[in-house]
Amino acid sequence: MTLVQNFPALCILLTLVCAVLTSVLKRRSAAVVTGMVLVINLVLNIMALMYTLKTGESYVYRMGHFPAPWGNELRVGVLETGTASVLLLVVLLSYLGAYRRSMQKIEPTKYNLYGVMVDLCVLSLQALIYTNDLFTAYVFLEISTLAASGLIMAKQTGRSLVAGVRYMIMNLLGSSLFLLGVVILYSITGHLLMTPIHDAVAQLAASGEYQIPLDVTVALISVGLGMKSAMYPFEKWVPAAYSNSTATSSALLSSVVSKGYIFLLIKIYVRTIGMPVIESLGITDVIFVFGAAGMIVGSVAALRVRTVRMMIAYSSVAQIGYIFLAIGLGTMEGMMVALWHLLAHAATKSMLFISSAEMDEASGGTHLRKDVQGAFYRSPLAAFAFSLGAANLVGLPLLSVFVTKFMLGQTAVAVGGRHMAATLICLTISTLLNLGYFMSTAMSLYVHDGETGSRRKPDHLVRLSLAGFLALNLVLGFCAAPVYQTLLSGFAVFG
Amino acid sequence: MFSKWLMNYEETAAVILFCIGFSMMLFNRNLIKKIIGMDMMDSSIYLFLASQGYIEGHKAPIVTGGVQSTEAYINPIPSGLVLTGIVVAVSVSALMMALSIRLYHRYHTLDLDKIVALTGREEA
Repeated sequence: MTLVQNFPALCILLTLVCAVLTSVLKRRSAAVVTGMVLVINLVLNIMALMYTLKTGESYVYRMGHFPAPWGNELRVGVLETGTASVLLLVVLLSYLGAYRRSMQKIEPTKYNLYGVMVDLCVLSLQALIYTNDLFTAYVFLEISTLAASGLIMAKQTGRSLVAGVRYMIMNLLGSSLFLLGVVILYSITGHLLMTPIHDAVAQLAASGEYQIPLDVTVALISVGLGMKSAMYPFEKWVPAAYSNSTATSSALLSSVVSKGYIFLLIKIYVRTIGMPVIESLGITDVIFVFGAAGMIVGSVAALRVRTVRMMIAYSSVAQIGYIFLAIGLGTMEGMMVALWHLLAHAATKSMLFISSAEMDEASGGTHLRKDVQGAFYRSPLAAFAFSLGAANLVGLPLLSVFVTKFMLGQTAVAVGGRHMAATLICLTISTLLNLGYFMSTAMSLYVHDGETGSRRKPDHLVRLSLAGFLALNLVLGFCAAPVYQTLLSGFAVFG
Repeated sequence: MFSKWLMNYEETAAVILFCIGFSMMLFNRNLIKKIIGMDMMDSSIYLFLASQGYIEGHKAPIVTGGVQSTEAYINPIPSGLVLTGIVVAVSVSALMMALSIRLYHRYHTLDLDKIVALTGREEA
């Protein structure tokens, strides 16, 4: 085994140790350690990505002394390392972009605990991406829930506390459903590792045994993870959670926490249960309907809100709908589109949250009528980043979400029938709605009504963060073909 | 069908308890009752798991009297999972309780709907 092969496990252990260390440090030291952990994790994951790209295969990393099917293990391939690298870059840029604001909003004696929550989010994200064991996945789902609720409540206002409680309630319900699904799966297959479960499920499907428990298991896991990742109709906690937390928290919640759950769901469908069995169960049709409804309902709600942050929060519901619609198509191509949109949305949504926080600072608020108008003249970089993010989510050609929409349409046409018609109709309606709220807001940023206020120079961390986000989004858009092909090669060895 | 439910009475009880806990957590407005519902849900899953590992006539998986044969003991994996699950559930319950106390001190009620209404008024 080469040194690089140890990096994913090392990242998980390192983050865990640093989370403990951060809890006893003072504010500034905690912030520096958290930032360093993010950088080290990113570098190690990129090195692991390079290694897996070179070998073109995935490998299993045994944790502890017991081999499969008893022991615990990680599975590392191009898709896992690629996803982890992009999401970690998003975490780092979000952390830097709202660093100063978070320092101001969070009680000084509690900032080290905020760093612990960020560390735990990163830890659980990587564990969910790399683990090959379902019970380990459950444990890290719970750690992620605890950390995310801590991030929401960090401001300690009444609203943020209530948002945190509501988030916890919905997420704990989701975790319990997931655990029940895992336990039933264990009772019918006798395994907790994904690969042995896959073989056992294939045998059960062929023999027709335990068909009802298998249906129930897949439904429980799907609904459980759907609840946690804000799939419609379980999205009620989203607006309060995203709009009452700090900008870093909102960016992490929308771009990283929910994406870890979706990645796990795709992994369970593809690697654990197997796509042929999933297709035969019909659960994907339910997910398809929820995804389609989420695309429309989220966008309609985004049209009716008064602040930019609420608009971005509801837009997340719509974008998560795209991901579930792609999963609901029930094909490998659909899963690939879901994975692509997972990354595209993570990169764009964080940029929107960070740029809107900067515009908030420059304009004194994010009210859509009162504050946002002319924001470009007060905070040009943030306004430009917001406009690019908005244009991306609308589906402007040459940007990453356009690729999602194009591939989604193409996959739906290949599937044919009602799925094709419903997908194309929902895509059209959703794009028009996106255009309605995002472009009207983006255009108002450039309206010059004479009184634009003084221009604010963002600090170097915000500039670095926004420049990084712009570069990431442009790379995902302009270099979509090679990136998509790389993910596709990873997907070939994912199952 | 009914006989199958009776035959697997531990699993049946676990599923019924899970449904009660789930409904309590989702529909009850009182924060303490929500936490009780959550604990019921978790406990029902542990009951389900423990029943999967139990083998009639076999002992707890702790080597005693030099008996090394796996035939003498029940399946230890579900017991290990239950222990891990309990640790997770305790952490989550502790956090939820701490939050409930905090909200009670601030708003003098444990009714989540009333708390939401009060936060709205506070903001206004």
